[in-house]
Amino acid sequence: MTQGGSLGRLSRAAWLYLAAVLAAAAGLLAGSLYVHPRLDLDFGPWVSTLLVLAILFLVCDSTPTTLTSRQSAWSPSSSATLAAVVMLGPLGAALVGATSLLSMRRGLYVAHRAFNAAMYTLSAFAAGATYLAFGGTLGVPTKLSFPGIIAPFAAAAAAHVIVNHGLLSGMLLLLPPPESARRARLDVHLPLLLVSDLGYATLGLLIAALWSLVNLFATVLVLIPLFVARWAIGQFAAQERAYGATMAALCQAVETKDFYTRGHSERVSKGAAMLARQVGMHAERVEAIRYAGMLHDVGKLGVPTKVLQKTGPLTEEELAAIQLHPMRGLEIVRQIGFLEEALAGIMHHHERMDGKGYPLGLAAGEIPEFARVIAVADAFDSMTSTRSYRGARRIDEAVAELRKWSGTQFDPVMVDAFVMALEREGWDRPHPAVVPPEFAGGMAAQDHDDPTAPLRVVENRLPAGGS
Amino acid sequence: MTIQQRPARQPSWQSLDSGQLLLLAAAGMLLVAAVAQTAAVGLTQARAAVAFGALIAFGELLRLSLPGDREAAPIGSAGAFGYALVLQIGFTQARQPALQVVAVAAIGMIVGALPHLAAGRPAGVAGMAARLLAVAIVAFAFRPLADITMLSARVWVAIAVMAGLLVVGWFAECVIRALIRADALRAKFMVALVDEIRVQWQLGAAVGACAILIALAADEMGLVALAILIAPLLVTQVAFRRYAGIRSTYLQTVRALARVTEVGGYTEDGHSRRVGTLAVAVGRELGMNEPDLLELEYAALMHDIGQLSLTDPIPGGATVLVSPEDQRRIAELGAGVIQQAGVLDRVAEIVRCQDRPWRGPEPAPPLGSRIIRAANAFDDLVGGSADRDRTTAALERLRIDTVAHYDPQVVAALSKVTDRRHPGRL
Repeated sequence: MTQGGSLGRLSRAAWLYLAAVLAAAAGLLAGSLYVHPRLDLDFGPWVSTLLVLAILFLVCDSTPTTLTSRQSAWSPSSSATLAAVVMLGPLGAALVGATSLLSMRRGLYVAHRAFNAAMYTLSAFAAGATYLAFGGTLGVPTKLSFPGIIAPFAAAAAAHVIVNHGLLSGMLLLLPPPESARRARLDVHLPLLLVSDLGYATLGLLIAALWSLVNLFATVLVLIPLFVARWAIGQFAAQERAYGATMAALCQAVETKDFYTRGHSERVSKGAAMLARQVGMHAERVEAIRYAGMLHDVGKLGVPTKVLQKTGPLTEEELAAIQLHPMRGLEIVRQIGFLEEALAGIMHHHERMDGKGYPLGLAAGEIPEFARVIAVADAFDSMTSTRSYRGARRIDEAVAELRKWSGTQFDPVMVDAFVMALEREGWDRPHPAVVPPEFAGGMAAQDHDDPTAPLRVVENRLPAGGS
Repeated sequence: MTIQQRPARQPSWQSLDSGQLLLLAAAGMLLVAAVAQTAAVGLTQARAAVAFGALIAFGELLRLSLPGDREAAPIGSAGAFGYALVLQIGFTQARQPALQVVAVAAIGMIVGALPHLAAGRPAGVAGMAARLLAVAIVAFAFRPLADITMLSARVWVAIAVMAGLLVVGWFAECVIRALIRADALRAKFMVALVDEIRVQWQLGAAVGACAILIALAADEMGLVALAILIAPLLVTQVAFRRYAGIRSTYLQTVRALARVTEVGGYTEDGHSRRVGTLAVAVGRELGMNEPDLLELEYAALMHDIGQLSLTDPIPGGATVLVSPEDQRRIAELGAGVIQQAGVLDRVAEIVRCQDRPWRGPEPAPPLGSRIIRAANAFDDLVGGSADRDRTTAALERLRIDTVAHYDPQVVAALSKVTDRRHPGRL
């Protein structure tokens, strides 16, 4: 497998990087064409094999699978490159890689094509050179080539993977935030990508080995499992997107109870993921916290509407009903095959560092990391949204409030990280809510998420949030 | 409210019934015959047998679940088919008889299944038996041909014969699986067969191509070919695993989130899940295929989601008792919520039409909506109780209403399904 990127708008550093990669690839091609290596291969068959492999490469490269976003794609073209490494040598492999310039993938800008072609050229050349350095012999393999060919081929495949991923990561890091954030999302699939890389690379050896027996037909047979895998990955990606959308829609349905909290789940999900990335969580956990953030308030549905909409102080029973909502949420989502951590995050997102939170009153280190992350994002979104009893706060005001409660309510580490993430990625506040008349009668008068306006209770014996 | 432990639904796939017994008996007899014969005459080319056996065991270890509680072992199957088809390993001609192929495949599968047993997972005997029978078909047809020199001299003829036999073997496996499934789930056989083919053909194509590749590559590279061919199959396997994984998480999530109406006090405990199960059973009885059943299940689980927009829950949550206007509103609101997702438009349509009478001024609602309408009414009247008299009374009420409200076919299927749950009823 190889990854191609689509680049979007480029910064100056990215342009320089692109130019450097292009220059390296062009120089390499020109140099090795000039100092034509003494090939122990006939020129005629060399060219025809090159053409066939180039076509195979183009077919693979033109039908990639979209992974998480439109921006990065996944195609089995490296099997062609690595077959070329064995049968044609570094120069041939590099030329096969360079055909990416002609890729029939839609929506590619010239810069994208140029970068992809240069990247494939360099990684193919590196693979070819590695193959020779480890003592591989060029030409169509025969029965006598096995098993001696395997070690140099494995080295070549590794070189291809390393150079390909290295060059691509370099470019993705230089892109502006939305794209570099995608790099992080790509990491979710990294194990899958690496397995596929090696799998596809090995197919190159298979194509080369079967060349003497069935010639072109080997590529057809090899392509079948590849395209089936590609189909399954495509289905997976489509299902994943559908899943996210469905969950968001259902969470939104839960929010319809209260006009003001619309979009809250989705923003908390976004904020929690942003913060999780900032503290360096592994991509898989970031994904889990994204879902946990989305679902954190689902249990609010178990709280009677009249309690949520009550304007006066709450009785103890009513407060207890509100404080039960994380448990209700847990009850709903525990059947989903989530990471255990996501469940803990939902259950404990109202715990406080000083131990005065709910439902269990855990303190400091006892609170699961996911819960500490969600707590910050939750409160921040509540403060920057309009409520019936106050307007939306500005971002700097909300940050000041977070800092004020840092250590007592929030984990200071998380607050600091969140502020840094805000500076880096920014925050879209919801549009100030204009309440349509049909909602005027029914909306929450208090927000349990708002640290600046603690829930008012008739008898003030219970440790209510923040007072 | 306490967490309702849902009764662990015994995968009916695993419980024994007549079709499955027949399959197991056939596979068992084949296994005994193959192992006895092989033990009597000794292994031909033991090294190759061990290498292929190891590949098959490895593949069985990495079993894969496919959508719909199915199971596959693509690497194991490709290895076993490859062993049945291989003509030449390196410089020597492959001479294993068909019964040896079956014996090696069977022992490999059993060895690979042991860790599953040790880890407390189901042994999946029926799946193994189906796979073994497919391998046996290919082996018995191909091994006698393998000795004919014409075949090894003309590679194209050999490939064509291999491909043809693989298709036959794969189809036989699908038929066996469909028979068992139709028997276990009370589905119609032809529907089950088409479902089976729809789910299996992609993976089947990959396995078949890899089996031919193994046979060809063993000629060129010797037994190293086996190690190399694991790679593309692993890629396919990993891809399918992720796909099946997200599908089941998706269903789990919808099942879980459908409960929000219960937690919110809008519907009775377990209502959405019961309606979901009942609707799927009725749909299957009426010959709906799997993709449609999945949509039906989603729609049934979420059919009350529109109630979330009501400020106050309907007393008791029974929608069958509220006014047609309110039912209409709930259906519309629910469909609106589902439509938000942008990917479940057909599900939204089913939910939207759930309150529409079977015969009315408007065009007839989709089958899914008619099923949900009946299943919902039935559950509102009976609830979680297993009381026979209540069941009978509820069915009677639905039957009386068939003239205008409920599709008589759906009600007939519903009564068949509920009959099955109370087998002793007169």
